[in-house]
Amino acid sequence: MTVPTDKDLIDFVIAEARILDELRFNDWLELFTDDGIYWMPAEWGQTDTKLVGSLMYEDKLLLSVRVERLKGLRTFSQRPKSRCHHVLQVPIVDARDDAAGEYQLYTPFHYVETRVDEQTLYAGWARHTLVLVDGRLRIKLKRVDLVNCDAAFGNIQLFM
Amino acid sequence: MGKYRGHPEAVRALVRETEVHRDVYTDPEIFDLEMEHLFANTWVHVGHASQIPNPGDYVTTTIGNQPVLMVRHNDGSVKVLHNRCPHKGVKVATDACGNTGKFFRCPYHAWTFRLDGSLRAIPLNRGYENTGLETSHAAQGLACVKNVVNYRDFVFARLNDTGPSFEEYFGDSLSSFDNMIDRSPEGKLEVAGGVLRYMHNCNWKMLVDNQTDTCHPMVAHESSAGTAAAMWKPFEGTGAKKPMAVEIFVPFFSPYEFFEGMGIRVWDNGHGHTGVSHSIHSDYSAIPGYWDQMVAAYGEERAKAILGEARHNTVYWPNIMIKGPIQLLRIFRPLAANRTLVESYVYRLVGAPDLLLERSQMYNRLINAPTSVVGHDDLEMYERAQEGLGSNGNEWVNVQRLYDPQEAEQKVAVTNGTNEWQMRNQFRAWSKFMTMSM
Ligand code: FES
Ligand SMILES: [Fe+2]
Repeated sequence: MTVPTDKDLIDFVIAEARILDELRFNDWLELFTDDGIYWMPAEWGQTDTKLVGSLMYEDKLLLSVRVERLKGLRTFSQRPKSRCHHVLQVPIVDARDDAAGEYQLYTPFHYVETRVDEQTLYAGWARHTLVLVDGRLRIKLKRVDLVNCDAAFGNIQLFM
Repeated sequence: MGKYRGHPEAVRALVRETEVHRDVYTDPEIFDLEMEHLFANTWVHVGHASQIPNPGDYVTTTIGNQPVLMVRHNDGSVKVLHNRCPHKGVKVATDACGNTGKFFRCPYHAWTFRLDGSLRAIPLNRGYENTGLETSHAAQGLACVKNVVNYRDFVFARLNDTGPSFEEYFGDSLSSFDNMIDRSPEGKLEVAGGVLRYMHNCNWKMLVDNQTDTCHPMVAHESSAGTAAAMWKPFEGTGAKKPMAVEIFVPFFSPYEFFEGMGIRVWDNGHGHTGVSHSIHSDYSAIPGYWDQMVAAYGEERAKAILGEARHNTVYWPNIMIKGPIQLLRIFRPLAANRTLVESYVYRLVGAPDLLLERSQMYNRLINAPTSVVGHDDLEMYERAQEGLGSNGNEWVNVQRLYDPQEAEQKVAVTNGTNEWQMRNQFRAWSKFMTMSM
C-alpha cells in the first residue's frame, strides 16, 4: 500500500475492533507503531497528557505488560476471564496527509465488557492517528474519550 | 431497637484482641452507626484549601454520608457547611466546585445564605411576620460545622460539637503531612490535575486495612508488578534507562524481607504508617534541579532530612491515606456496607519541577485508576472477601500477625513492617470512636 483509500482506513479501524472482540491481544499490539500510545483521558476535552490525570496513557511497554498479565494463571482478577464487545459507528476520516502518510479517524462506539454475571456498557469516541509504516497501516495514537470519562467506574480490564 | 443500636457493649464485642467479627464489614446497621458515630467523633478530611483560593469559592463533598460544602469565607477562613437548605432540604449547590459570589442562593425558593451559612434573606418575607420564624430551625440557615481545622491547607472537620481536639486526635502523626508539604521548596501544595475515581463493591475498611498490609503485594500483585519485573529483566544491566513506569511497578514485587525491614510506626487513635526506614518509593530517580531548589530553600542538612524520609502509606483514621514521597492522597468514601468510592488526589509541590507532578500523575493512573492493573489485583481481593464473609463457616477475620498482648498500652511504637499492629490499632480506634457517643 502506498496511499490508502478512505475505505482502507475505515476497514482498519473496524478490523481492530474485531481483533479486540476476539481477544487476540498480541495481534492487537502488533497494530501499534513502536512509539504508539493508547490514551484514555479522565477529563472532558482533556489536552494535557502528563500533568493532568488520565485513566490510561500507555506506551507499548505498558500495553505489553497488560497483555502478558491477562494470560497469567495468577492474574486473579481474570479468573474467570473478561470478554468484550464493540459496536462501532462507521468511522469518519477526519484528516488525510498523504505526503506524511498520516491519517485521523473518528469513531463513535458502544463497548461492553463482561465478567461472569456482570455486564457494563460504556459509550464514547475513538480517535485514531494512523500512519503508514513499510506500506502497512499502524496506530500511532488511539485516543478513547468516554462520554462519562469523569465518572467513578469499577474495573475496566480490557481495551476499548 | 436493633442488634447494635443502643448496645455499645455489643459493638465493642465485635473487636477482639486478634480478630474482628465480620459484621464490621457487612452489617448495614453497623454501617449506619459508623456514619452516625464514628464519622462524627473523628476528624475527617474534607478537602484542600488550594481548591478554594478566593472568597465564595466552594467544593461540594461528603463527611461520611453527610453532604457538605467547603467554602472560602470573606475573611479568608475555610468554613464547612451542611449542604442542605433549612427550608425544604434542597442541596444548595451540586457542582463539584464553583464560586457562589457573596452568598449561596437556594435554587428552589431563593432563600439566601451568607458564606458562614447564616440566613441572609427570604423573598416575600412578610409571609413570616409574627410566625416565630426567628426561633425555628430554619432561621439558623445552613448548619455550620463548628469544629474545622485548616492544617497547612489540609482541611479537617469533626461533626460532633464535643470530642477530642485536633491536636489530641492526630498527635505526632501530623509529621507525615509535614513531610509531604515540606517537600515543596515553598512549603506549599496545590491540588493538581483532577481526581481519579474508582468504585469498589466492598466495605471501606477493607481499603483502609490494605494500606498497611505488607504481606499481599508479592502475592496479589504478582500478576501486575511481577509481569512488569519479568518484562524489564532482559534490559537490566544493558545500560538501558529504566522507564519511570518500571520504577513505579517493580518495587511492589519486592520480597518479604524488604517489607519486614521497612518497618511500621503506629500512633494513638488509629493512625500509622509503613516505610519507617525505606519503602517502595525509596529508589526513584532524582529529578533534575529539584535538589538544588530544596537546598536553597532549607539548607543542605534539612533538605536531606526531608527527602530522606520515604514513608510509604500513612493512614489517618478513619478514611484517608497519604503518600508523602509522591504527594498523593486517597480518600475512601463509605457509600454502603458493601460499597466504597475511592478518590485519589495528586498535589503539585509549589516551586518544584513539573517532572515531580508528572511522576505522581503516572503513579496515580498506574496504581489507583479503575483501569489500573494493580487496582484490579486489589479490588478482586476485596470483592472476594466481601462475598466470602457471607460464609457461616467462620464469622471472624484474623489480625493476629506479630501480636503482642502488651501492645495496646503503647501509644506510639515502631515495629516489624509485616506486623498487623496497625490493623489492630485501627480497630481499637474503631471501637473507641463508635461507642464514645452511644
Ligand atoms: S428549599 Fe431552599 S429555599 Fe425552599
Ligand atoms: Fe495492593
